[in-house]
Amino acid sequence: MDWEPVIGLEIHAQLATRSKIFSGAATAYGALPNTQACGVDLGLPGVLPVLNKEAVRMAVKFGLAIHADISRRSVFARKNYFYPDLPKGYQISQYEIPIVGRGSIEIEGENGAVMRIGITRAHLEEDAGKSLHEAVHGMSGIDLNRAGTPLLEIVSEPELRSAKQAVAYMKKIHSLVRYLEICDGNMQEGSFRCDANVSVRPQGQTKFGTRAEIKNLNSFRFVERAINYEIQRQIDLLGSGGRVVQETRLYDAERGETRSMRLKEEANDYRYFPDPDLLPLELSEEFIAGVEATLPELPDAKKHRFMAEFGLSAYDAALLTANRETADYFEATVTASGGQAKLSANWVMGEVMAALNREGKDITQSPISPTLLGGLVRRIADNTISGKIAKEVFEAMWNGAGDADTIIGTKGLKQVTDTAAIAAMIEEVLQGNPSQVSQYRQGKEQLLAFFVGQVMKKSKGKANPQQINAILKQKLENP
Amino acid sequence: MHKNSLIQLSRALDRREISSVELTEIYLDRIARMDGKYNSFITVTAELARAQAREADQRRQAGNNGPLTGIPIAHKDIFCTRGVKTSCGSRMLDNFIAPYDATVVEKLRRAGMVMLGKTNMDEFAMGSSTETSFYGPVRNPWDLERVPGGSSGGSACVVAARLAPAATGTDTGGSIRQPAALCGLTGIKPTYGTVSRYGMIAYASSLDQGGPIARSAEDAALLLTAMAGFDARDSTSAERPAEDYSTHLEDSIEGLRIGLPREFFGEGLDSQIGAVIESAVKQFERLGAVVAEISLPNTRLSIPAYYVVAPAECSSNLARFDGVRYGYRCDDAADINDLFSRSRGEGFGAEVKRRIMIGTYALSAGYYDAYYLKAQRIRRLIRDDFHRAFAEADVILCPTSPTVAFKLGEKTDDPVTMYLSDIYTISINLAGLPALSLPAGFVGRLPVGLQLIGDHFGEARLLNAAHRYQQATDWHLRAPEGCG
Repeated sequence: MDWEPVIGLEIHAQLATRSKIFSGAATAYGALPNTQACGVDLGLPGVLPVLNKEAVRMAVKFGLAIHADISRRSVFARKNYFYPDLPKGYQISQYEIPIVGRGSIEIEGENGAVMRIGITRAHLEEDAGKSLHEAVHGMSGIDLNRAGTPLLEIVSEPELRSAKQAVAYMKKIHSLVRYLEICDGNMQEGSFRCDANVSVRPQGQTKFGTRAEIKNLNSFRFVERAINYEIQRQIDLLGSGGRVVQETRLYDAERGETRSMRLKEEANDYRYFPDPDLLPLELSEEFIAGVEATLPELPDAKKHRFMAEFGLSAYDAALLTANRETADYFEATVTASGGQAKLSANWVMGEVMAALNREGKDITQSPISPTLLGGLVRRIADNTISGKIAKEVFEAMWNGAGDADTIIGTKGLKQVTDTAAIAAMIEEVLQGNPSQVSQYRQGKEQLLAFFVGQVMKKSKGKANPQQINAILKQKLENP
Repeated sequence: MHKNSLIQLSRALDRREISSVELTEIYLDRIARMDGKYNSFITVTAELARAQAREADQRRQAGNNGPLTGIPIAHKDIFCTRGVKTSCGSRMLDNFIAPYDATVVEKLRRAGMVMLGKTNMDEFAMGSSTETSFYGPVRNPWDLERVPGGSSGGSACVVAARLAPAATGTDTGGSIRQPAALCGLTGIKPTYGTVSRYGMIAYASSLDQGGPIARSAEDAALLLTAMAGFDARDSTSAERPAEDYSTHLEDSIEGLRIGLPREFFGEGLDSQIGAVIESAVKQFERLGAVVAEISLPNTRLSIPAYYVVAPAECSSNLARFDGVRYGYRCDDAADINDLFSRSRGEGFGAEVKRRIMIGTYALSAGYYDAYYLKAQRIRRLIRDDFHRAFAEADVILCPTSPTVAFKLGEKTDDPVTMYLSDIYTISINLAGLPALSLPAGFVGRLPVGLQLIGDHFGEARLLNAAHRYQQATDWHLRAPEGCG
């Protein structure tokens, strides 16, 4: 039987606010345990939550970016359960009325076709603390630095049909939240993580199969592996006459498998109810319009603009807009180069990316600024140097030798464009290779490349290749 | 000196007839001598009080004072007080020293008031007799065999016995007004959102309000002015300009429309209390008020609605008391669930556990709509009742409590009868309205309270009506035997 996987993701994006969602404590990562937890985060008797307006702004920004309905009135609810690192005995979240309603994004499916993936909702909530089982000997410690950190939980429709699509979707959201500057996207620190709901059903069946939820996946690779493992596990189970049980599973990255964590029957009854300490959140049209005015150009729009404005292919445009930093770098390069879009694109995607990869750097750490790269591209475009020489200039520039003009000047790399000088060099080459000349004239035209190479060698690579070609042809064909 | 009202003490301090230090010593001495028989204080902060009194005297000397500077006060042990045990009447917080001051405490402190100590209360404010306290029951100064009401019974007892000129209280279903009534005092529960809840340990967040318990409307007005006001730390705090509740005290009440809800004068009301209320109504008419009957048809639903909403909120509010970070922790926990369940099982008393269980049940999957949502709908009906009533009346008048102070132990085995003692006060919390209780007479030796209910943010009018009544009567001047 052919099985069709059905996948939905719940992504938790930590919002990049300076303070927590309901208290004034800082949110910076990596502080000593419990040094960034105030009375509200500790759940002291008598303390009350006060909503961080910046978190609201960020959630609205996300909602607008996915063309979702923004709730003019949303409600914070308490999710009640006991856990040692949950200080109040409940998590403040949104349940029946989230701040962001239905929206969607587009991803590229395996066959290259565009798929629209529905986003059911996105809601604001607070993170819990952490239990530390190794830090204190013979006891468990609690670190509440993370307690109260604002999260945006983004829930997709069960419209993903493969692990690859799930990863493409997650990458798209990852790119989007970073574009919007509402999340730093750091997956190692847990700022961006997801739970995956996975089920399978016979191809053609409309009813969903029983799903398992895989918790806390914090890398794209793990998402893909965990989902693939889980799909296969369910297919094997059903194929051998077994039955999938609804449960929560954990992905063991070392073993590359998912393991049962708890069954649905053991699940908590969270007793959600509206938090009486917080009034319903009401958003005015002015507030929403104000947020809309701060929206940056989004990845898809940017991609289409790059195609239209710069004549880039869909593939190149997608690559250059995958993250905001690369897109910004590219555009700044184009400007500095005097509008050389295609050449700039080739250099950013080629030499720059390769050099960054080699050194494990990201584009914001590039030793060559867009201004420097643009200067180099400008000199290629105006024939000051050839593409080949440009690579030499690039290497020097990468190592801090200054801008393109300085390097070209000090190294004497300026292209020879003096027709008389090139003609003289050609004359020397033709005279030095009489047999090749006569072979060419008898019809062996492939030898043109040989002559070009010889001239280039003579000029130490500095002669303009177009000019060499033109003069060579003229001299060979009209002796 | 202890016979004086708060306003009189303020004037005496103004005239330098007494210093705050001397005044504080008088009260500390009375507490030391007399509180053994009442059990009204959980903690007496004598040294802190002396230091605050010295500071108050310095402020008065420097002319940097307000009317409350140097006047002693007692705080209900539900308000967090920095560096001082804040128990909420529970074993759970018997070891809890609050690291911060509640907004109310901070405001009164800034006004220069001197904290004498923390008063006894029903555990987590759940009760109507102060018998559920971990620290034992409080006795009513009018009759030591009887309860002072609750949950702010300690605060009411302290003021009635003249162990402090005034005290703070909190009111979730009548916890300021009912003890004020049973102890012959004036207490006001302001409109929800008037007094900050920050630092006030939550029982039922959507109903809780702090307020003063004092000897007269005039005293209460002065205290409320200092306690009220917008607080950015409480998201349910009302964003309105500050108000001076004393400015309209002397206004005439000629033409004031008083509504008598017929549902509050029917079955269950003690006939002698009915007679006291009737003569108070006549007194208001003599002062120029116009009295008419009104109807609040959904009143009978207020007790069931309250006993869903309040326990539901409390079941969640009290989840933080888990033995992990502060408060009571059981010995030798086997694992984390054992730690949770035994710490809570041993740390909470019976009434608190009962309400947590009722609330947990009401919020459970499958029951939520039938209980919690229905109770919220009833709340709306009750609010609508009042809204209609305030089209016909400026102020609503009724008894505060269906009985006078009852005997210790009389209702402890019968929670439902105990819950019914809040029948006249509970609907006001559900509607978020202001209401005050003032003394209107006696049945035998025991005081009877009269309740005035106002429209939202109508505190000034309630205090005005109460003050005019108190100028014409002397019930509020009576003191229990041995306390005057």
